[in-house]
Amino acid sequence: MSEALEPEIDVEALASRGVDLEVAERVAPDRDIAVKVGDPLVQVQNLTMKFGGLTALDNVTFDILRGEILGLIGPNGAGKTTCFNAMTGVYKPSSGKVLLEGKSLGGLAQHKITRQGLARTFQNIRLFGEMTALENVVVGLDARHRTSVGGALLRLPTHVREEKSAIERGMALLEFVGIADHAQFLSRHLPYGYQRRLEIARALATDPKVLCLDEPAAGFNPAEKEELMQLIRTIRNDGYTVLLIEHDMKLVMGVTDRIVVLEFGKKLADGAPAEIREDPRVIAAYLGEPEDDVA
Amino acid sequence: MSTTEGPPLIPGAEAKKISLDRESAGAHRRGGWFNGLGQRWNALPRQKQWFYLIIIVVLAYLLPVVNPPFISTEPGNNWPLACAQMSIYALVAVGLNVVVGYAGLLDLGYVAFFAVGSYTAAMLTSPDSPYVHIPYLWTLPVAMGVAMFFGVMLGIPTLRLRGDYLAIVTLGFGEIVRIMATIIPAMKGQVGFQNVGHPPGTDAAGNAIFLNSNGTPWYWLTLSVIIVVLLLAGNLERSRVGRAWIAIREDEDAAEIMGVPTFKYKVWAFVIGASVGGLSGALFAGQVGFVNNQKFDVVTSVLFLCAVVLGGTGNKVGAILGGALVAYIPLRFTAIAEYKFLIFGVALVLIMIFRPAGLLPARQRLLAYGRAAYNKVTGRKGVGDAGGSRAMSTRVSDEEKGAQT
Amino acid sequence: MLPSLLASMPMDNDWISFDVPSLIENFWSATFDGLTFGSIYALVALGYTLVYGVLNLINFAHSEVFIMGCFGVWFTLSALNFGPSAPHLGFWAIVGNLILALVVGMIVSALTAVIVERVAYRPLRRRNAPRLAFLITAIGVSFSIQYLLYLWRGPSPERALTMFHPTPIFDVFGTIIDSQQIVIVVAAVIMMIVIDLFISRSRTGRGIRAVAQDPDTATLMGVNKERIIMTTFIIGGILAGAAALFYTMKIPSGVQYNGGFILGIKAFAAAVLGGIGNVRGALVGGLLLGLIGNYGQILLGNSQWTDVVAFLVLVLVLILRPQGVLGSSLGRSKA
Repeated sequence: MSEALEPEIDVEALASRGVDLEVAERVAPDRDIAVKVGDPLVQVQNLTMKFGGLTALDNVTFDILRGEILGLIGPNGAGKTTCFNAMTGVYKPSSGKVLLEGKSLGGLAQHKITRQGLARTFQNIRLFGEMTALENVVVGLDARHRTSVGGALLRLPTHVREEKSAIERGMALLEFVGIADHAQFLSRHLPYGYQRRLEIARALATDPKVLCLDEPAAGFNPAEKEELMQLIRTIRNDGYTVLLIEHDMKLVMGVTDRIVVLEFGKKLADGAPAEIREDPRVIAAYLGEPEDDVA
Repeated sequence: MSTTEGPPLIPGAEAKKISLDRESAGAHRRGGWFNGLGQRWNALPRQKQWFYLIIIVVLAYLLPVVNPPFISTEPGNNWPLACAQMSIYALVAVGLNVVVGYAGLLDLGYVAFFAVGSYTAAMLTSPDSPYVHIPYLWTLPVAMGVAMFFGVMLGIPTLRLRGDYLAIVTLGFGEIVRIMATIIPAMKGQVGFQNVGHPPGTDAAGNAIFLNSNGTPWYWLTLSVIIVVLLLAGNLERSRVGRAWIAIREDEDAAEIMGVPTFKYKVWAFVIGASVGGLSGALFAGQVGFVNNQKFDVVTSVLFLCAVVLGGTGNKVGAILGGALVAYIPLRFTAIAEYKFLIFGVALVLIMIFRPAGLLPARQRLLAYGRAAYNKVTGRKGVGDAGGSRAMSTRVSDEEKGAQT
Repeated sequence: MLPSLLASMPMDNDWISFDVPSLIENFWSATFDGLTFGSIYALVALGYTLVYGVLNLINFAHSEVFIMGCFGVWFTLSALNFGPSAPHLGFWAIVGNLILALVVGMIVSALTAVIVERVAYRPLRRRNAPRLAFLITAIGVSFSIQYLLYLWRGPSPERALTMFHPTPIFDVFGTIIDSQQIVIVVAAVIMMIVIDLFISRSRTGRGIRAVAQDPDTATLMGVNKERIIMTTFIIGGILAGAAALFYTMKIPSGVQYNGGFILGIKAFAAAVLGGIGNVRGALVGGLLLGLIGNYGQILLGNSQWTDVVAFLVLVLVLILRPQGVLGSSLGRSKA
């Protein structure tokens, strides 16, 4: 994957970041966990999105660096979700491009973009309601499976192997997000918070390089938000890069390494949470609310 | 903010809701006649399931021979022939269930694939046909192949679009096949093809076993085909393919974003459905021995759909029941046979409104080796509430490693 | 199912031809006739388009809404002593009778549409059922109505009725345009214009467009969604009733229990061709389909080819330009 980097696995450094190599190994055995932090993994270049006469995104450029948690914030209608949809292939950008590890994602079918390593969750939960929690996760894992109709019909050995490992990895992922004891329930029977976690597990199951979370804390109480922040940090510490769209400033400021601010479809600012908090443009344009909301 | 490594505690209210869900998880939305049956069946250990299955299969094979009173369609209709017809409808329903039940694609022209299969068998075996003749049994795979070809031709333009378009295009296609059979001279319109072939074999007296007038061997042949198709469909269901279909049915956009090549799997569902339709058409042609353009109107498509919906959309056992019932009711209750289309039309509406899951509601099992995993979860119920999630995951992984070795 | 039709089928080898000379020779008569059929398709297509716009659903039972109208028209005219040959009545007497039949046809169709909505769709909407359920009930209702008619009226077409003998009016390029063609095309086009104005100008029309764009927001804004849906079905029914009169006029022996089926598919193809959800698209699509079908029939040399051609047009449009000629504007874009 990241051929040019050839990072050395510094187990101690990873451990100090809270990476449990053993778990990470089980969740995604083929993944390169010990990635070098810092080089751009996703490059959004001059992304423009027009709907009829309306310009929802105007020449937006930013990078997502390997191993970081990047927050994408902005007032309602600033173009966050549009940006998200243009990145993940739901919309075709009017101009500009999105590169993942230097390769353009333009024109790829959505499922191929997912396989390239860009996974997402949905703002309004979209689980497969008639499937159990475990089956939902296994659908995500299937993105990495090779056997198709022939293998399944004849139960070829590769198929059997994949099925067995899928269950093991699926359970490990459910444990990872903390809902393993609900594996056998239909996802529509799960409590709300668990459904959100299951969405994250399902997205992680596709073995992404970047995990995009679209307002994962919507509808959460403060305690649940706290748990979610914990989970997002854990995910990053396990070597995933995270893009987080979120309304809740406390959550964004608390968990992200860097923040991109959008307003009216344009990028307003880009920097560490502390800088963003102090940025007068951001305060004027976006926050506009009393400071204590942020702190 | 706190950085304590803590477990996601389940608040009391949530815990309560979960325990409620636990009870209702197996049951379907609406209570009913067969629900308990399905639940009890799933609770049985594997060996017992096999044991009962074998008994059921043996009974199924004996069905045309025993001619059970009350159930039998005689004297109105010959019972073994009725059995043969029921089995063919059941096979059709199993095939259509893949399309409608699993992938959620409404195919209203399924009879067209049935017709394609019938004509393939007829044109390759009937003495009325000027073309190459091959042994009847060989026409079964050929009919499947030809039907699959038509499935691809019809699926590729329409499956990229929303489901409604598929419904109306297939509806049109069903009618077109009938019209083509009428206006293309090679297909002989109403005259049709007589003496369609049948499998080889003679009895002690030297008469052919597979006679058009003898339903029993045809029933046995079709039943055997159904069993094979069921096993294969089960393999597909509990695999990536089945999961992709159900995911598409539940939320196509989300499925695509989760990496499911939705178009590809929709075409597969369509093609697999078409192949089973073609296969059942070939069996039908052989059993009846005569094929013409009068047998394949769109009305029959709706009967097929009714079979799937009646039995329980998405449930292959339900589809068999539904298919058999749709064939059986008019044969058994000859007094109402004239009203069968009306009855099944009304039945479609009533089922969708009052019991959308059909007679045998069942959830698909989508994981080949899921049972063990679920049992493990239910076995250590309550443990998950204690200890950190990270710690828990390592512990459990140890457990699982132990279990595997 | 159609023994009479089948018996008349040619079974020899000229089942398909590419008879270009004949097409050139009959071009104008095929054109005028195609426009006449096209107007009928367009009226039925509007019913599909409106319901699709508002509910995002193909109303499979619309073909039965139409055929019920045909039966309404047929019974009315029979009661008024119309028969296989046109009655000897004065001009205004015929006009009066036809208007009466038109009104009855519209009422019967609109009532059918309302019943379909109530029985098949509303209960599912209440339950928020998946789309597949709507399609299945729709086909079930369609099927039930068809076989009620079958049990009541039997398999053969009703006795042919002639409303008036077409008289030549114009002579265009040596081809006669008769009064019947003019009546059908002009009346249909006027109705479509009225509907178009109604949708774009009236309060109810605004409501329909609002529900089509965003049902939830429309409801929040005080639009009574259920009433709008009902109105849409009624309008579709009224237009289908009008189409029923013209259809019976054009094809005197076409009133038959399953007569709506093929016409329904053609009308749907017309709606898709013009851009489903688009009111003007239905007119354009209907006229285009009428022309294409007629040309195809002459070119290929068998009347049954019109059905095949209509189907091929539908599939081709879906492949090449699924949004139709004019694009879909009333309804939401396809998700």
